[in-house]
Amino acid sequence: MSLLSPSPATGYLRQDGRKGIRNVVLVAYLVECAHHVSRKIISRFENEPVHLIGFSGCYPNGYADKMMHAICTHPNVGAVLLVSLGCESFNRNRLYEQIEASGRPVKLVTIQQNGGTVNSIEEGISFVNRALELIQEVPKVPFHLQELIVGIVSGGSDATSGITANPAAGRAFDLLNEAGCTTIFENTSEMIGLENLLRKRATRPELAEILPEAVDKAARYHAIMGHGSFAPGNAEGGLTTLEEKSMGAYCKSGTAPIIGLIKPGDRTTIPGLYLMDIVPDGEPRFGFPNPNDISEMNELIASGAHLVLFTTGRGSVAGSAVSPVIKICANPETYRNMEGDMDVNAGKILTNEATLEDIAHEIVAQIVDVAHGVKTCSEQLGHQEFSLGYKSFEPIGPSCLTY
Amino acid sequence: MQKLFKINPLDNVYVVRQSIAAGEDFILEGETFMATKALGLGHKVAASAILMGQQVIKFGIPIGSATQDIHVGDHIHLHNLKSDYIPTYTLEDEFIKP
Repeated sequence: MSLLSPSPATGYLRQDGRKGIRNVVLVAYLVECAHHVSRKIISRFENEPVHLIGFSGCYPNGYADKMMHAICTHPNVGAVLLVSLGCESFNRNRLYEQIEASGRPVKLVTIQQNGGTVNSIEEGISFVNRALELIQEVPKVPFHLQELIVGIVSGGSDATSGITANPAAGRAFDLLNEAGCTTIFENTSEMIGLENLLRKRATRPELAEILPEAVDKAARYHAIMGHGSFAPGNAEGGLTTLEEKSMGAYCKSGTAPIIGLIKPGDRTTIPGLYLMDIVPDGEPRFGFPNPNDISEMNELIASGAHLVLFTTGRGSVAGSAVSPVIKICANPETYRNMEGDMDVNAGKILTNEATLEDIAHEIVAQIVDVAHGVKTCSEQLGHQEFSLGYKSFEPIGPSCLTY
Repeated sequence: MQKLFKINPLDNVYVVRQSIAAGEDFILEGETFMATKALGLGHKVAASAILMGQQVIKFGIPIGSATQDIHVGDHIHLHNLKSDYIPTYTLEDEFIKP
């Protein structure tokens, strides 16, 4: 508890009672055909908190609907501009109503009904200008740091990830959990081989049954797809097998008991550590569960993460359109090479310049600073990667959460 | 600083913590070895003899099985270790395909 600063940060109070640590305007395209118009709109707001997200598909998808709804009503979001072509399947009216019901300023620009590209861009820009003024009126309230929801993801892993950044982040996760925060880890595709370790960490017998099932599902899914969650860069960086990568990745969850299982876009209930099941239910239909790191990051955000810890060995440059991303670099050589992209140098553990405990405390200190408004490297550099594909999930069962 | 270290006492591999150049000497289990090729940060070196089919242990858990006999001091990677779950994909695979 002493780790978290006693002075609360500034929170932006939303009508549903949730609080954000950022106050951003989203521009969201509802089909790839509306992407260019949306990009032109945000290009006018280079140094403003205006971020681009979107869904490229023209076919309907319940998961994409849920993700877009969750992100557009995320506590860090103050207002939303929806950009539709007009003939796509995405239910724009429903999303509009959901955002409106959340009390946020929202506008729908439909390119086909709005005179095409030029008029739509103009109308979009005029709304964003107004929205930037309107979000200044959002009530500012104290944000106590134990109210934070923190997600963790790794990307561009190498063999240093599992011995520096991930265990240090895991220790930081333990400190956050001790302080009463909510934490989420994910990627059941990288827990293949670790089913028994997960079972032992569940707080309830029903949950102990469910956690290994989520990993079994991932193993079956990847066996059918013919590829595990393993990229060529992982091997260049010294990782040989999926189970080796898994063990290195898994330690970033720390040692706290697991209190619940959620799927992308589900909200957490009480504080504590959650596992996110990211593998679609049923037979593989739409391809790989998460085809890239960015979609993983966005699923954590859709489940309410105010900020995301991102550990990397090879060197990811990812940042988020909605929640700040703290980049923790595992490899001292990568850190030297890409210092401007990295918030924490966990490679110091390998060069004997810091202990694992030092780095864990440095990560928590960064979290406190970022909650207080300090910009992460990826925020300063204007990163706002976003990726949302097709998936299908059954709702989570009754024993996944406690209230 | 030791160039290699063991993560878990149960492990039969050491991990490189400071890159070793080709031709450079390193010490393992009191014995001196010469690296026949460069060993990058995080790469694995056998701590004991591992017979073909035996499991390689890192972090205290099996991370796959040896595909050939491995001697103390040998580099352990894709050429002599395979997953017990899902085969590892590398860019070289593209060139091996007919």
